[in-house]
Amino acid sequence: MPRSVKKGPFISDKLLLKILGMNSRNEKKVIKTWSRASTISPDFVGHTVAVHNGNKFIPVYVTENMVGHKLGEFAPTRLFRGHSGKLADKRSGR
Amino acid sequence: MARIAGVDLPRGKRIEIALTYIYGIGATRAKQIIEACGVDPSRRTQDLDDDDVNRLRRQIEGNFKVEGALRTETSMNIKRLMDIGCYRGIRHRRGLPVRGQRTHTNARTHKGSKRAVTGKKKPPRK
Repeated sequence: MPRSVKKGPFISDKLLLKILGMNSRNEKKVIKTWSRASTISPDFVGHTVAVHNGNKFIPVYVTENMVGHKLGEFAPTRLFRGHSGKLADKRSGR
Repeated sequence: MARIAGVDLPRGKRIEIALTYIYGIGATRAKQIIEACGVDPSRRTQDLDDDDVNRLRRQIEGNFKVEGALRTETSMNIKRLMDIGCYRGIRHRRGLPVRGQRTHTNARTHKGSKRAVTGKKKPPRK
């Protein structure tokens, strides 16, 4: 079930303040954030946000198309290298 | 012959069923369309006169996105997801289920039929 419209989109207050601050000062800096659940609002467009994936920060350059998605969608938390087997052994052996 | 949105409707079927042969129109929409046009749902496609068909055609073309246009929209939506590199886009790219289903087993609808895995069988231990 989607979030109630009444509440509006969730954006971490601290993150939004930082973004708005940067917008008013017209500067661009990479912001580190752990707030993967924050929705990307139109204010984010053009900034780079470093989103934590549980291990490290993944830099995400926000474009217009990404508005409405959550930051976490762009920083995958799982790393799949492939299954084991002959093929994989050969690949890693080289 | 009734031809709506580039699709030939099957002649022998009731019009409420025949309309569902158009991509983008299911049972519910077919019923709505028929009601709006004032056509009897139990009539067969071949029994409709040109006037009825034209009314149905106008109703469909004016209100719904069907066939090619709908297919284009769907694939554009998927393409957008893939282009922005979000999780759902990555799943589409890799041909895996997008909505969090398990992939340990099953997931055959999206992954396609089984591929043989090399070196899968272990020699029996003695």
